[in-house]
Amino acid sequence: MLIEAPADADVVETDEAVLADLLVEEVSIDGMCGVY
Amino acid sequence: MTAVAGDARASLGAGQPWQLSAQVGLRPERFGALAYHYGTRRLVFLNDSVLTDVVRTLADHDDVPSALAAAGVPAAQRGAYTTALRRLADAGVISAR
Amino acid sequence: MLAEHAVQRRSPLHERMKTGLEAPVCLTWELTYGCNLACVHCLSSSGRRDPRELTTAECTGFLDDLSAMQVFYVNIGGGEPTLRPDFWDIVDHSVSVGVGVKFSTNGTRLDAAAAARCAATDYVDVQISIDGADAATNDAVRGDGSFAAAMAALENLAEAGFVLPKLSVVMTRHNIPQIDGLRAIADRYGAQLRLTRLRPSGRGADSWDDLHPTQEQQRELHRWLLDHPDTLTGDSFFHLSALGESLPGLNLCGAGRVVCLIDPVGDVYACPFVLHDRFKAGSVRDEGGFATVWRDAPLFAELREPGSAGACASCGSYDACQGGCMAAKFFTGLELDDPDPECVKGHGEAALLRAAASGGSDRPHPGVGHGRGGPVPLALGPTRRMADAVR
Repeated sequence: MLIEAPADADVVETDEAVLADLLVEEVSIDGMCGVY
Repeated sequence: MTAVAGDARASLGAGQPWQLSAQVGLRPERFGALAYHYGTRRLVFLNDSVLTDVVRTLADHDDVPSALAAAGVPAAQRGAYTTALRRLADAGVISAR
Repeated sequence: MLAEHAVQRRSPLHERMKTGLEAPVCLTWELTYGCNLACVHCLSSSGRRDPRELTTAECTGFLDDLSAMQVFYVNIGGGEPTLRPDFWDIVDHSVSVGVGVKFSTNGTRLDAAAAARCAATDYVDVQISIDGADAATNDAVRGDGSFAAAMAALENLAEAGFVLPKLSVVMTRHNIPQIDGLRAIADRYGAQLRLTRLRPSGRGADSWDDLHPTQEQQRELHRWLLDHPDTLTGDSFFHLSALGESLPGLNLCGAGRVVCLIDPVGDVYACPFVLHDRFKAGSVRDEGGFATVWRDAPLFAELREPGSAGACASCGSYDACQGGCMAAKFFTGLELDDPDPECVKGHGEAALLRAAASGGSDRPHPGVGHGRGGPVPLALGPTRRMADAVR
């Protein structure tokens, strides 16, 4: 298995992070009002 | 709980194949898809139908770059899509083969 | 593609509501109105089984429909779901068609064998209900012996190696002061604490005035939840977001949008806290079954349209609290675009006074009760005997 070397985290384009935010959003399965 | 930590650090670059994780249900929606991991009980919104196609077809390709290209992701956006896939890997939605 | 996402959104669901989801993200299924307890605040006014309850075949058929819709999991409750003789058949069928189950129980029937059965699969989760950190407080609401039964169930689950059951508490004026004690019980049994909001629904309508928290207690609770972020809430305290800091969760009403309820006779309601004709969307026994109700019911289309802020429009907190809980407003006689009766800014109190003054003290009746007979009084002193509630 190829392991990715840690990137220079601070250098990762913030634009990409912002766009990725729009693509993927994690939500708690318990965080839905209206169930037991 | 399944140990996904090792998988999550696997490379999303050329030469490393990936797939939708076995314990994940992926349900198409008009905006993209919902992914639910039965083991960790984590729920993720895939807010984009192209991203959904990429995730669904990962197992058909030798690596992430080929899957992105096959799904028609413009070169300028592949960085963002790869970052999104990293988040899906961290959530256990996709795993390295 | 990404060009469509140029505008940052608060959450994906605010936008998705309009077109609706293909299926609920999760839903609540009350399996029976029968119950061996008679909790004073029961949201489904349970007690006696209804003769029209879904048959075993209808139940498994319904699960097949959920599976086809790719519903990920279902919260099974009641009444007391384990009272149904076919309870385990239903759970097994759900797991076999890929629909995960979390069942909510008072624990009276969760013996060692039942606990072992639950521990045997990843797809079954268990939630034990209590309403106080000691027998005196708990049993005043749930009946004599109910606290002991719940503790025994937690013990059985721990013995069976069941990982992380849920310990679910409805927060009231009497148990908010015990919140650290509730956490201690959860920790002792390896359970995850789940704290939820009391709504004036079902029998809760009658005990609401005695049980609902004070404003001071709401602030305490909000602070405690922020300090204990691993506590589950089912997003039921989103009205407290107006206090400033939001709790984890979607922070909005899921009724008819991401969740709904199916009752023991197959009727579909927007959520468990609005078992009333006004919020009934249809029936799984209708032509087209549940899928058609979820997709096409006029009530759900109405709920999926963005609501009007109404009386809350001029309040700076509306974005955070979304005007609060529909059920809380409805069953206290308020309009749906009035403030939440427990609005942390105090706007609810004003609205309740106005409603009473204009002769609108006609609170909607919670609908047909399934109790075993007579009003159930809240006893804060001598506890009611559970035997009185068991036929």
